[in-house]
Amino acid sequence: MSSSSHSTPPASAASITVEVLVFAKLAELLGQTSLRVTLPAPTTVGDVRDAVLASGPGLERLTPALAFAVNRAHTTADAPVVDGDEVALLPPLAGG
Amino acid sequence: MPCLTSSPLDLDRLVARVVSPERGGVATFTGVVRNHHDGRSVLRLEYSAYDAMAEAECARIVSEAERQWPVRVALEHRTGHLEVGDAAVMIAAAGAHRQEAFDACRYVIEEVKRRVPIWKREHFADGTMSWVDPTARPKAADVAPSDGPVP
Repeated sequence: MSSSSHSTPPASAASITVEVLVFAKLAELLGQTSLRVTLPAPTTVGDVRDAVLASGPGLERLTPALAFAVNRAHTTADAPVVDGDEVALLPPLAGG
Repeated sequence: MPCLTSSPLDLDRLVARVVSPERGGVATFTGVVRNHHDGRSVLRLEYSAYDAMAEAECARIVSEAERQWPVRVALEHRTGHLEVGDAAVMIAAAGAHRQEAFDACRYVIEEVKRRVPIWKREHFADGTMSWVDPTARPKAADVAPSDGPVP
């Protein structure tokens, strides 16, 4: 999937493509467990989340509930992502 | 040792991984699928995980506990379909004395619940199902059907 939510970057700016993994209720609502997102650099975990949630109606309401991981470690929405990162959007955890 | 497994958990096997002659205290915790949630009857649970991260996070939690206390810790968590009464998570912590064993065991279960990317979907007696969201309601709402009238 590509996002058109950002204005066209200058020709010199690189774009960043990440693999996004989604789980549980979010996977169910999106109808898939992984997707590819391309955004202009620089970009953050929160930008990736916004692009994914913009891809379906009513998904924005999940925004406050989601936590994040980059390359299998917890992180925050303001963390930068680089090309090739594995970004995970985590609905409320329920292990144990 | 991997933390996630689709096979039944076995407490003896976990304890065997951590005991030794110099460790006189072994604390264990077992989390079991219960038959009620928010006053509704639960038939079974379905656990799913972000496997690679869950393994990494479990390993981090175990090594944090083993750094913080003089203990050895074993941790396993089920995935897949579980029935009421099945063990979903087991922890064994062994140290020279009970204090560090209890403290490490408590630390591990609290961190597992807070950090390990695992989700569960409840299948209710009425045929419906829903993803469990521990942040959605206060714990006080989680009472057994027999504790009072169902709202």
